[in-house]
Amino acid sequence: MSLLDIFRTRKPNSAHMARDRLRIIVAQERAARHSPDYLPTLKRELLEVIHRYVHIEPDAVRVRLETEGDNGVLELSVALPHDP
Amino acid sequence: MSEIIVVSSGKGGVGKTTTSANIAAGLALRGKKTAVLDFDVGLRNLDLVLGCERRVVFDFINVINEEASLNQALIRDKRLPDLYILPASQTRDKDALTEDGVERILEQLRSEFDYVLCDSPAGIERGAHLAMYYADRAIVVVNPEVSSVRDSDRVLGILASKSKRAEDGREPIREQLLVTRYEATRVAAGEMMSVDDISDILGIPLLGVIPESSGVLEASNAGVPIVLDENADAGQAYRDAVARFLGEDLEHRFINVEKKNLLKRLFGS
Repeated sequence: MSLLDIFRTRKPNSAHMARDRLRIIVAQERAARHSPDYLPTLKRELLEVIHRYVHIEPDAVRVRLETEGDNGVLELSVALPHDP
Repeated sequence: MSEIIVVSSGKGGVGKTTTSANIAAGLALRGKKTAVLDFDVGLRNLDLVLGCERRVVFDFINVINEEASLNQALIRDKRLPDLYILPASQTRDKDALTEDGVERILEQLRSEFDYVLCDSPAGIERGAHLAMYYADRAIVVVNPEVSSVRDSDRVLGILASKSKRAEDGREPIREQLLVTRYEATRVAAGEMMSVDDISDILGIPLLGVIPESSGVLEASNAGVPIVLDENADAGQAYRDAVARFLGEDLEHRFINVEKKNLLKRLFGS
């Protein structure tokens, strides 16, 4: 290793990794905080019903509630496996 | 106008009790009549940090159960005549801390003191909930470390929704951030999140930055709050935080790496 390499090799900045990971998880948790309490239960029950017909992974069901003006829109997306 | 302040963090071991002791002592140093209450039922420690552990006769639960009066249980600090401490009970029964009892004691303290500080236990259970429920202001203590920052954000969410102020629809609790165990050299090396990163993520105003310092441990060894030591950097940082708490506009110190001059480099600081 030459002397120059000492100056070239820099450790990855772990403080930036911490900051970026926190930004994402904190934003997710804040969004969950403002959603109604029944959402996790609704998701679980939907999963149970779908499970009777097709086998899907728990993370295949996404439930989102968005408010547009006075109306709330419940958005539901289910990713089905290739060979149900 | 007296105020109730909760010192909270969610995560344990970040410096809630040290901060409660030092902010309370710092306020008393400024001539404010201050009471500091230990809400950590079963794990009493504020008395030890403030050096009055051998003077504890009655505790918080004794006052709630009307086995002692508030004046009998409050311990007056020997160094600071304006500082009073209400120790936690060492009972294992966490339910001994009742909502009505806490409210009654806080109302009585509010009429007699300028500031009432509530040292919250770690976690978000009963003791932590009661410590924050009646608060007007909050000091959120955080370390520059991922789990501490995340837990503090949880606490901010609870302060905003589960406090008496929130339930009554009054003005929300005024929250301020106190970063402890800060190491400017590691921040400069990219090994530690900066105070800007932390306050940006949490989105609340910064009350102060307490540098990592050997003096803090030594002060708690001796039972003397470090804010009393004018020469210690952490002591000065707590004094600054107290001044800002009282509304003064001070520049933040101990955030950047101190540049040592040649003589200091050669002979040490």
